[in-house]
Amino acid sequence: MLLIEDLQVELAGKVILKHIDLEIKPGETHVLFGPNGSGKTSLLMTIMGYPQYKVTGGRIVFKGVDITHSPINERARLGIGMSYQRPPTIHGLKTRQMVQLCAGDKKVSDVEELAARVHFESFLDRDVNAGFSGGEIKRSELLQLLAQDPDLMLFDEPESGVDLENIALVGHTIATLLQKEIVSTSAKSRLQVLKERTKMGFIITHTGYILDYVDVDKGQVLYNGVLSCSTNPREILRCIGEIGYEECVRCTIDAN
Amino acid sequence: MYDRRELIEKAQKAVQKRAVIGPDVDLGEFDSTPVDHKYLSDEEMRSLPLAERQRLLMAGVDVTESERAGTYFQKDTAVVHCSTRQEGIEVIPIREALEKHDWIRDYYWKLVSVDADKYTAAAEMELHNGYVIRALPGSRSIYPIQACLYLDKHGLQQNVHNIIIAEEGSELHVITGCSTSPDLKKGIHVGISEFYIKKNAKLSFTMIHNWAEDMAVRPRSVARVEEGGLFLNNYICMKPVRTLQMYPTTHLVGENAVARMYSIIVGSPDSEYDVGGRIFLKKPGTRAEIVARTISNGGRIISRGHLIGETPDIKAHLECKGLILKGGLIYAVPELEGHVDGVEMSHEAAVGKIAQEEINYLMSRGLSEEEATSTIVRGFLSVDIPGLPPQLQAEIDKAIEMSEKDVM
Repeated sequence: MLLIEDLQVELAGKVILKHIDLEIKPGETHVLFGPNGSGKTSLLMTIMGYPQYKVTGGRIVFKGVDITHSPINERARLGIGMSYQRPPTIHGLKTRQMVQLCAGDKKVSDVEELAARVHFESFLDRDVNAGFSGGEIKRSELLQLLAQDPDLMLFDEPESGVDLENIALVGHTIATLLQKEIVSTSAKSRLQVLKERTKMGFIITHTGYILDYVDVDKGQVLYNGVLSCSTNPREILRCIGEIGYEECVRCTIDAN
Repeated sequence: MYDRRELIEKAQKAVQKRAVIGPDVDLGEFDSTPVDHKYLSDEEMRSLPLAERQRLLMAGVDVTESERAGTYFQKDTAVVHCSTRQEGIEVIPIREALEKHDWIRDYYWKLVSVDADKYTAAAEMELHNGYVIRALPGSRSIYPIQACLYLDKHGLQQNVHNIIIAEEGSELHVITGCSTSPDLKKGIHVGISEFYIKKNAKLSFTMIHNWAEDMAVRPRSVARVEEGGLFLNNYICMKPVRTLQMYPTTHLVGENAVARMYSIIVGSPDSEYDVGGRIFLKKPGTRAEIVARTISNGGRIISRGHLIGETPDIKAHLECKGLILKGGLIYAVPELEGHVDGVEMSHEAAVGKIAQEEINYLMSRGLSEEEATSTIVRGFLSVDIPGLPPQLQAEIDKAIEMSEKDVM
């Protein structure tokens, strides 16, 4: 479980997140909406542990461990992983090697096979992110997460820049990663499988396309550094579509 | 026998002449008296002491000669092994070539001037030896020829002159290592190299330097590439040295000739490197690329690159990237010189540190900060060299890997 309590965060001396409370239970996936600059990426980066995002109040607890001030790699080892929107290029490091690094001690026995799941075999011998298009970056990030297999996955706009042909691929891969694509087996009933899900997801989206592929449990809206709404994601999307984020201002006032 | 009187006279006039660049080395500090070593049979070469074999291996020289087409091995001033196992490829000590073969006159001191500076002068006046490697027309080396210039005697001045000729349509790969015995601390290596790449020939020359803390090194090399020829020149130096200065020059004299130079240098504390290269593009369709990756761990590195486009329809690119990890200096000097309309020349130079963003990215995949840093450094040093046989690429990767613990 991820538990965030009264979190306050500063970036370069400026408060960018205020009184954030959030709880993602095992098996749950939430989506995060919000206008540009509202602090969505900052929230993900803070959960991941990027040191420039300075926590000045509140705490982050993951799997019962207080990670508020843990370094990035400790959080990764504890089971947090992230799919970035604009990851840096690592020159001289092949994507193939990166996949193995992500797998850590688990080791990927067949990198080609794993890459095939996101149609990425032909990129394995290219330097990580070097000259990748927006959509290619997304698939590269998903491939790394497939190898890393974290328990809590943070996705920063996984569908942006992805062409129509690949959007379903990206959607289904995320659903698989988050154990949302389940089949009932003879051994276990569907309900039992659902109950045993452990993976948690937190997805930033502008378009909501991802909702067509992943059954999301809850939607959140971040507006001006404040989580202003927490309800059915379809309803939020409709509200934003019809009225825009201005409505969030009113909701924020009402909520407080 | 080649009467070299004229050359020696010319050299004599330059014995005091300082080099244009690089700190001056007082040759009086060294002893150039020839040192004898017994010639080694294949068997004897294989049973050299382990420490020595390892030193050689780090410089890319494998005494078992597996996957090698031939070997030239010079210890101090003596040739201790010279053999070739592939038809169409000759490996001859240069003194022998000067005595027996008339054709050597067409190549000896034809690209490098004997009176360029005191080092070239010394190499002529007291020539110890060196190798001549020649690929006959149309021949192809599957495995590289390995050449090793080894310094064993403390305080020695080693003067060598090497000539490599890739005849028309031939393909030749040479890996050459310079190294010192574990006990040697001080010495100077003066090495003249002249490369002839004839029409449609291909030469890859990979040089790995493993020197000692108090070594001075002064290579002087010039290459000439004819029509359709390809010259790949790779240089790796990851070990300490007192002072190393070289500025290899390549002349692309035939249409569509191509030259690529790749250097990987790690500068240790108290070491000074003044390295780089210069390529003249003299005919349409010629291409040149100079790529340098330098890391300073407290050493001083001057990384030069100079491209000269003399005719239209040429393309040249210079890439010079440096990382300062533990102090020191990296001075990148990229120069582009276009003499006419229609040249396409570019350069990219950067000196800096490892980006924190990259470290964080790798840490978010579970790597510790140290693991992330070494992964990025390894990537920085690994360059893909188009046209280099995979086996030689593996040798380069191995050399980098073996030195990695010193870098970090």
